[in-house]
Amino acid sequence: MDTTISSKTMLRELLSRHYEEAFAAKAAGELIAWSTSIAPQELLETMDIKVVYPENHAAVIGARKDAQAFLDNAESNGYSTDLCSYARVNMGYTRLKESVAGNIPMPDFIFCCSNICSTAIKWYENLARDMRIPMILIDTPFNHTDEIPEHSVKYIRGQFENAIRQLEGITGRKFDRDRFRDVMKISTETARWWKKATALAVAKPSPFNGFDLFNYMAVIVCMRGKHEGLDLFKLWAEELQGKIDRGEGPWRDQKEKYRIMWDGIACWPHLSDTAKILRKNGINMVTSTYPDSWTIVYDNDDLDAMARAYSANYANRNLNYGINKVVQIVKDFSLDGIIYHSNRSCKLMDFRQYEVQRQVQKQTGTVSVIFDGDQTDPRAFSLAQYETRIEALMEMMEQRKKERLSGQ
Amino acid sequence: MNRILEIIADLQETANHPAKAVKASMKETGKKAVGCLPYYTPDEIIYAAGLLPVGLWGGQTEIKEADKYLQSFCCSIMRINVEQGMKGMYDFLSAVVIPTYCDTLKCICDNWQVAVPKTYLIPIVYPQHRKIAAGVAYLIDEYKRVQKEFETIAGRKITEQDLEDSIAIYEDYRKTMRQFTAIVGKYPKTLNAKTRHLIIKAAYFMDKSRYNAKMKELMEELKKLPAENFDGIKVVVTGILVETDALLDAFVENKMVFVADDLAHESRQFRTCARSEGTALERLAYRIADHDGCSLLYDEEKKHGQLLIELVRDNRADGVVVCMMKFCNPEEFDYPIYKKELEAAGIPMLYLEIEQKMDSAEQIRNRIQSFAEMIK
Repeated sequence: MDTTISSKTMLRELLSRHYEEAFAAKAAGELIAWSTSIAPQELLETMDIKVVYPENHAAVIGARKDAQAFLDNAESNGYSTDLCSYARVNMGYTRLKESVAGNIPMPDFIFCCSNICSTAIKWYENLARDMRIPMILIDTPFNHTDEIPEHSVKYIRGQFENAIRQLEGITGRKFDRDRFRDVMKISTETARWWKKATALAVAKPSPFNGFDLFNYMAVIVCMRGKHEGLDLFKLWAEELQGKIDRGEGPWRDQKEKYRIMWDGIACWPHLSDTAKILRKNGINMVTSTYPDSWTIVYDNDDLDAMARAYSANYANRNLNYGINKVVQIVKDFSLDGIIYHSNRSCKLMDFRQYEVQRQVQKQTGTVSVIFDGDQTDPRAFSLAQYETRIEALMEMMEQRKKERLSGQ
Repeated sequence: MNRILEIIADLQETANHPAKAVKASMKETGKKAVGCLPYYTPDEIIYAAGLLPVGLWGGQTEIKEADKYLQSFCCSIMRINVEQGMKGMYDFLSAVVIPTYCDTLKCICDNWQVAVPKTYLIPIVYPQHRKIAAGVAYLIDEYKRVQKEFETIAGRKITEQDLEDSIAIYEDYRKTMRQFTAIVGKYPKTLNAKTRHLIIKAAYFMDKSRYNAKMKELMEELKKLPAENFDGIKVVVTGILVETDALLDAFVENKMVFVADDLAHESRQFRTCARSEGTALERLAYRIADHDGCSLLYDEEKKHGQLLIELVRDNRADGVVVCMMKFCNPEEFDYPIYKKELEAAGIPMLYLEIEQKMDSAEQIRNRIQSFAEMIK
């Protein structure tokens, strides 16, 4: 890897290479897997399987404003508009197979981990059934308790072993335990550097804006178990540290006046609109509840520890955990406000949002707004509503700053 | 016939007034009651503790308070459950059990603790990988965990024999219900869509041993009568549940009888038997493992459509009615798959989007009528 290039260039190159390699592998008759975004990719990487991530792909399709055709196709086949738009875009893609945002090879089997949601299981069941291909499921029981219960860990570990047997059956190759240990090590290391880079936004001003974060997220999803992924986040962290040392903020032409957190996934079809309005007002989204989902870190080469790490994902934790997490973020990142995206696609995130908002407000006094949107369905977002909510947030943040200055 | 009408009236009364019925059951049996949200709660373990498991599947309460916790695009059954909890309507229950089969249920479980702090919550997390050894072992551990909770509420230990006895009563219930749903086609007038629904629903608010006795008597009496002439339409109904009264009335008015169902509220509760071998908890865990064709349980083969086709053929039904509970993601995901399969099999299908509480059923009524006319 050329070390003189910027992390942004490297990010672009890695992503285009990721898709090129997947197509080359498909053409060469190798197996392709489709996987959910926070699945134990270690198992697939160990088997040298090329993996593409429908969530990444749907997000790009959304950002390139190409989602509608895929949504229409899925809906004409009976998929309700109530369903997750990533799922609808992806189901539509399995039939249309062509997007201006770039294409992905069709899978030979699919790999699903329920730590992101139960919806993923249903979506992937349909993929398996439609394409008549095998499905590997890692089910992580919802953690209603603060800790991850031991019997859940045992169950997930049992599923890892089950998945390994399935993989050996599908590929006709033996699972290499030594290679597995190496991949586990790289994956943890990459996740640590991802965490380190994204945590640099605690600096005031933050060296990046959160919309950059959404871009880098694509690589933590698809290259967590690869050296290239690790290199990218090391380089990014280095660059960010440099910016901090030089006192540089997120933008060249605008100062960071307010620091906020964005709760939930981006509105990909309206990415630039949502970002521009914030930037115009000097509001920097320094972090989100979301990126930490890939901080999958486990200390030793231990399957139980790995099981625990995958089950410990934010979306798979209880309300208490969610509240404490946001409260911690407010403190660590010195936030002035929070924007909650009531994402029409994601019931798991939405149906706890009101209580999280109340509790965080109560515990930290941080002001916030909720707006209605969707991760990839362009129809579920209103720019006027978003603008009004951001204005309201601005006023509240301004008011709070004044109160603070006058010592109230 | 009089005795039949008497039993039916009795069960209808129970189904139409759940709180009153549960309180009466508690008084009659001297048991404390535990509320069970959908779906597949460990009722046998609750019953084995000498407690009364009762079903909490929403109701007809106006939603106001629950809006503090849940957006409007949340499943109506769950919004109403939270609303009723917040209004204190479950205060007389010793606890509620909330399983987490879907994303909405996970959030209901989380919100319950803050929204309804008065009603003690026992969450239970079923495995989706329920057929593999690790999944069965996990579920048994989960059962053991909740068993302790029920023992605390009941103030006594549950023995293996208690569990076996309880399983026997529940298996008897399931067998009785399978027999009951099988004779609906023979008595389509007496057991019209609404009556059938209310008879089945009553089971959620009664002690199962008493309910079983009533159902057996009802069927004995029915068997004495000749089959009823019927010029209506026989359908298989699928979905979570079929309510409101207006919706059920529309089926009755258009002479559509449910010769079989694939409703989470009805047959999915009793179509799968427990295995005969193993410890009591193993038998319960394998019942979940063996249960197929339900949108709430992982099935990479998606047998849901095949099951509907078989129900149609076995019962010589004229078509399938889909009562799609609005905002139910698991059901919505199954629909495109079985829709295609039903179409390929040439089975007529009526798709209705419902909510548990609907201000007007006029549009739905028209669609039912058109479907009925098309079939005739």
